Amino acid sequence: MTVQRRFLRTVAGFGALAIGTIVLAPLVGSTAISLRRVFDRSIPFADNTDAQIFFVARLPRTLAGAMVGALFAASGVIFQGLLRNPLATPFTLGVSAGAALGAIVAITFNWSIALFGISAVPLAAFAGSVAAVGIVYALAQARHRGLSTTVLLLAGVTMNAFFSAMILFVQYFASFADVGRTLRWLMGDLDVSSYEPLVAALPASMVAFAVFAWLARPLNLLSLGPDSAESRGLDVARAQRGAFLSASLATGAAVSIGGPIGFVGIIIPHLVRLLVGPDHRLVLPAAALFGAAFLVVCDLVARTILAPIELPVGVITALIGGPFFLWLLIRKP
Amino acid sequence: MRRAIRASVALWLFVAAGLIQVSARTNHSAAQLSGHQIRRIISLVPAATEMLFAVGAGPRVVGVSSYDTYPPVVKTLPSVGALIDPNVERILSLKPDLVVIYGSQTDLKQQLTRVGISVFEYRHAGLADVTQTIRAIGERTGDKTEADRVAAGIERDLEDIRVRARPLPKPRTLLVFGRESRSLRGLYASGGLGFLNDMLEAAGGANVFTGIKLEAVQASTEQVLAARPDVILETRSTSGAFPAGERGAEIDAWKSLASVPAVRNGRIVFLFDDRIVVPGPRVAEGTLLIATALHPDAFR
Repeated sequence: MTVQRRFLRTVAGFGALAIGTIVLAPLVGSTAISLRRVFDRSIPFADNTDAQIFFVARLPRTLAGAMVGALFAASGVIFQGLLRNPLATPFTLGVSAGAALGAIVAITFNWSIALFGISAVPLAAFAGSVAAVGIVYALAQARHRGLSTTVLLLAGVTMNAFFSAMILFVQYFASFADVGRTLRWLMGDLDVSSYEPLVAALPASMVAFAVFAWLARPLNLLSLGPDSAESRGLDVARAQRGAFLSASLATGAAVSIGGPIGFVGIIIPHLVRLLVGPDHRLVLPAAALFGAAFLVVCDLVARTILAPIELPVGVITALIGGPFFLWLLIRKP
Repeated sequence: MRRAIRASVALWLFVAAGLIQVSARTNHSAAQLSGHQIRRIISLVPAATEMLFAVGAGPRVVGVSSYDTYPPVVKTLPSVGALIDPNVERILSLKPDLVVIYGSQTDLKQQLTRVGISVFEYRHAGLADVTQTIRAIGERTGDKTEADRVAAGIERDLEDIRVRARPLPKPRTLLVFGRESRSLRGLYASGGLGFLNDMLEAAGGANVFTGIKLEAVQASTEQVLAARPDVILETRSTSGAFPAGERGAEIDAWKSLASVPAVRNGRIVFLFDDRIVVPGPRVAEGTLLIATALHPDAFR
């Protein structure tokens, strides 16, 4: 079977899964709503609670889950390919810790700004992730032609620790209720309650996915090692730079929507590789679509399992992701 | 090699035994001081600080938590940390006879009792517990008469509010005490337990989350829409008030939930007042503020 046919089959299969979950997920929630009333045009929207629950609460939340899941899963694939390390996640290189610091500063000091309908916390989170990426990138490029993945990894891990320390420092000034809210932000939450954060994150996500599409073949070559890749005509430095910046952009966009939702970026890439093999031309689209479906389902579980209470989705992904990841570690190759 | 290990294990056991002995010796169980034998008090909980001052033990308070602001004189007292960061060294240096701690500060309790300082454990709970705690604190500090008088006064004031509110319709109320600014994310509301819920009910409101037996509910957009509150009360501490210029923007944050009666009828009320969020001797005043917000005609 040619790669092209396998690609079409993979995209069709995982695409159907993703679309199926996105269509079905808004039908279920912590409250019972009548679908007939949701789509009843004779009731004004402002009076129609069922329609508001569907269109203001559930649909944006489902779409946020799909978008964030796709971004985290795909950037997980990119980071693992770039660092040639199966344990790499979108959070390994400090992007999410930078975003978390931004968000927590905004929560603690109660910043009250808004830009195009986006409130302070997601704005600050995105700014924090950009700052973190900038620092790590500058460090990794400082003394090398192109990027040194070793420096990238060490700088990223160090920045993670540094930002975490800064978070604790800022927390020290937070009032009690703020400490609770920052903790909740760190758990991850997809209840965006409007479409604006999704629309705002769309351009960055599109750019990232476009670069991802170009990266599939370079990542396949890189998996042989930088030297072999270079000898086969790949501009390694350019590919690494593209991979780092695009995956960081995707991670920053995803974190600003849903917070640092853990485990999606590591378990989905591995699961998908088990299903379709190591070829990035298949792994990347499959991971994006499967990540979308996975996070939508996790969020569905989060908002129904303890109804009428709703859990933050990060709790569910970690509960499912943790044991799975341990199994992955001890499993025979 | 093995002998070396054995020797070092033996040495460590010896040292450990010595330490245990030393700590046992310093663990002299001090006679529990009570009444006016207690001359120096530290409070790590703002609500308890207010209670100490209300029962007349204020002049004996020598240190407070970093969150304390009332009565104003406490701002001049040494601050010794708070719930998660009590500064044991500063507490000890103030030579207290009694330290009021929060019930979850078990490490601190152990450290204090080990050096013979008595502690009074406090926990936030329901409205009825406020007056009960005032009586218990008064008994401990030797101010029982005044404590009884203060507690009875609060109970009378609360009963007055209840009686006045009883015949009035009970608006279904969402009591919010935290969210991200200009957004409905990270929203915390009162569940069916705790002093905020009790104050709301005493003030003649019906908590929309009364069925969720938690003090704090992390309410999602869907839960708020489904609850359909008639009134949305947003309360914060006095220092946590929205800046005057931001209030319009903060009301607009609710605008997307147009099917909620409180949003449609413009019944979103901000109450930034420590008398509501600190369950101390001013709870009746706080309850009256809520009652006035819910029933502006009956309580003006």
